[in-house]
Amino acid sequence: MFKKTGLIIKREYLTRVSKRTFLFTTLLLPLLLFGLMIAIAYFSIESQDTQKIAINDPSGSFSSSFQNDKSVTFDFTTDVNKDNFAQKGYSAILIIPPDLSSGIDSVSLISEKQISIMTEQRIKSQINNALRNKALLENHIDKSLLDSINNIKQENLYKFSAVIRQGQKTEQSNAGLAYGIGFASGMLIYMTLLIYGTSVMRGVMEEKTNRIAEVIISSVRPFQLMLGKIIGIAAVGLTQLLIWIVFIFLLFSIGGLFLPAETLQSGSGLSTAMAGNQDATAAMEILSAKNLLLSANWGLIIPTFIFYFMGGYLLYAALFAAIGSVVNDDAQDAQALVLPVTLPIIFSFVIMAAAINNPQSSLAVWGSIIPLSSPIVMMARIPTGSVPFWELGLSIVLLIAGFIFTTYIAAKIYRTGILLYGKKVTLKEISKWLMRKS
Amino acid sequence: MTQLELQHLKKYYAAHKAVDDISFSIAQGDIFGLLGPNGAGKTTLIRMITGIIFPDNGSILFREKPFDPRNDIFNIGYMPEERGLYKKMKIGEQALYLAMLKGLSRSDAMKRVKMWFEKFEMQNWWNKKTEDLSKGMSQKLQFVTTVLHEPELLILDEPFSGLDPVNSNLIKEEILRLNKAGTTIIFSTHRMEQVEELCQRIVLVNKGKKILDGDLSQIKNDFKEHIFNIGFDGPLPQFESQTSTIYRQKDQIVTVKIGNNATPSDVLKEYLAYNTHITSFNEVLPTLNEIFIRLVEELKTTPAFSDAI
Repeated sequence: MFKKTGLIIKREYLTRVSKRTFLFTTLLLPLLLFGLMIAIAYFSIESQDTQKIAINDPSGSFSSSFQNDKSVTFDFTTDVNKDNFAQKGYSAILIIPPDLSSGIDSVSLISEKQISIMTEQRIKSQINNALRNKALLENHIDKSLLDSINNIKQENLYKFSAVIRQGQKTEQSNAGLAYGIGFASGMLIYMTLLIYGTSVMRGVMEEKTNRIAEVIISSVRPFQLMLGKIIGIAAVGLTQLLIWIVFIFLLFSIGGLFLPAETLQSGSGLSTAMAGNQDATAAMEILSAKNLLLSANWGLIIPTFIFYFMGGYLLYAALFAAIGSVVNDDAQDAQALVLPVTLPIIFSFVIMAAAINNPQSSLAVWGSIIPLSSPIVMMARIPTGSVPFWELGLSIVLLIAGFIFTTYIAAKIYRTGILLYGKKVTLKEISKWLMRKS
Repeated sequence: MTQLELQHLKKYYAAHKAVDDISFSIAQGDIFGLLGPNGAGKTTLIRMITGIIFPDNGSILFREKPFDPRNDIFNIGYMPEERGLYKKMKIGEQALYLAMLKGLSRSDAMKRVKMWFEKFEMQNWWNKKTEDLSKGMSQKLQFVTTVLHEPELLILDEPFSGLDPVNSNLIKEEILRLNKAGTTIIFSTHRMEQVEELCQRIVLVNKGKKILDGDLSQIKNDFKEHIFNIGFDGPLPQFESQTSTIYRQKDQIVTVKIGNNATPSDVLKEYLAYNTHITSFNEVLPTLNEIFIRLVEELKTTPAFSDAI
């Protein structure tokens, strides 16, 4: 029994892994993602070409309070008006009426093209700041006092640390990191559920429409064929995951190699970094990112990730296999039937997005316990370190029970469906098969 | 020894009775014809014999012991009517895989696959994918995968469909050779001339029921209609026969149906009395095709049956 299931697993695994598309997706996907990240980062910096904005301020009360930054520069001129700002090389002109407090005249920003919402916000906040400063100064606040108040920034004055305390144990909390890891793992499980799930379904459909299923189940039990496919594809998924982990690890170490040791060292001193040395800043960022990453509770995150990755896959793969067994060649049929299975996956993703902001909400807690959504939702909560052991334990037990249950149900549907040709199967009929004793 | 015995097998689906109380037995070493129109229940019967599905009722004996699918399926080879192979798999790998699923070790499987590939001149195809094969070629491959594990009982559903006469003959020779070596063969087809050529015994099923069971020659005898061909040399006699009626007349041969109270001798005597030159006189037995059509058509018009559907 095991020997034959083993043969089936081996075939599923080898035929998939030896395909060119496997090599393609495995190697290209991380490169693509990495490239995409770099491209996004690059364009978000580059695409902000500096905008020049002319300001017409007859009262002159704002001339000292507009600050230029990387993306916007302001020019106070009088020889530019709303008819010629474009010829003079300005992308917009801001006209501030002499008496703002009257509330009759409006501040207007005139441009030929739509000004981005970011720029608009920036201008508004500059005006607000200027007005506030003006009000404070008019009320006899000392200029130097005002400057020092305006200069209050977290990193200049104090250090901030958030600590999580459970009993005797305290640890550094980092909400941003937990968010990142949680979201990434949840996303990854979500994607693999859909990708490998449909891969199982297509495999079953192929065997059915090819009629090879009938030949094979005259040698093995339908359950073995189904299980062999599910496990075989799981092995493919794990292989892919492993390759990616190695890949990411390599990228990280190579990234470290490109920076010379001195810059790394100087980067570790905060003061030099403040001096604005670009290399040092980059090095410091990598170094602190590395330290930050190391601070996460990987000892818990990695095993739970692998468990929820496998558990979620097994739970849904069985259902996908059952669906593959009841549809005929008709792709539309498959789409209608696959919806009840993909819906909870998509729904879990939505819960996950909510859970990541509020890992202790009852939606997050229940979502991470109920087996249909737990693989995706739990991974959003684990990195925050806020999951009590009983919840994790219950979730694990329920997920195991869950995939045993779906496999049992799927086996019942599968063994009838795989031999049924030329007939459209309704959900009513499927429920009848479930009721039947074996 | 009895190879296979079916006792009151029943398989009901929600809407219809696919197999409704069918019993028959097959002796070891027989070539057995399982016949019936489309949708008669043949596939369901075969699936029960191959352990793919279980009967709702009744029992199957394999070599006079209750059928145990777990072990007995290794002694059965089944080639379904709708051929099934993995399209993207290389054919050598595929044959090995299917043989190993039947319980052969890798080395045994390899030996036998090579032997059969050589026999069918398929050695050069080893690394080809199934989807690149012609219909006839994949048919041969399917046959090879069915017999690789040397089953005692071979179930072939339309084994010759899609084969040209040369390959058809090749497969037929192999079937006969395997049969001589002791393999029992169940042969399911619509092609009656092939049944007449190969089978010793047949069972005819229709609408889930067995409607005919017996030796081919016996059945033909049972269904004979006392029809004779008389061959003449010279002009045909013109007279009103008392013992027979002319059924058909073609060239120098007259086909007659003998009357109820007459014997072939009476007819012959009568014709001889007219001073004719008779060159041949022989009985015409109905072909299986005629019997098949007659029985199936008869059932169609029987009201009792249409009620049962």
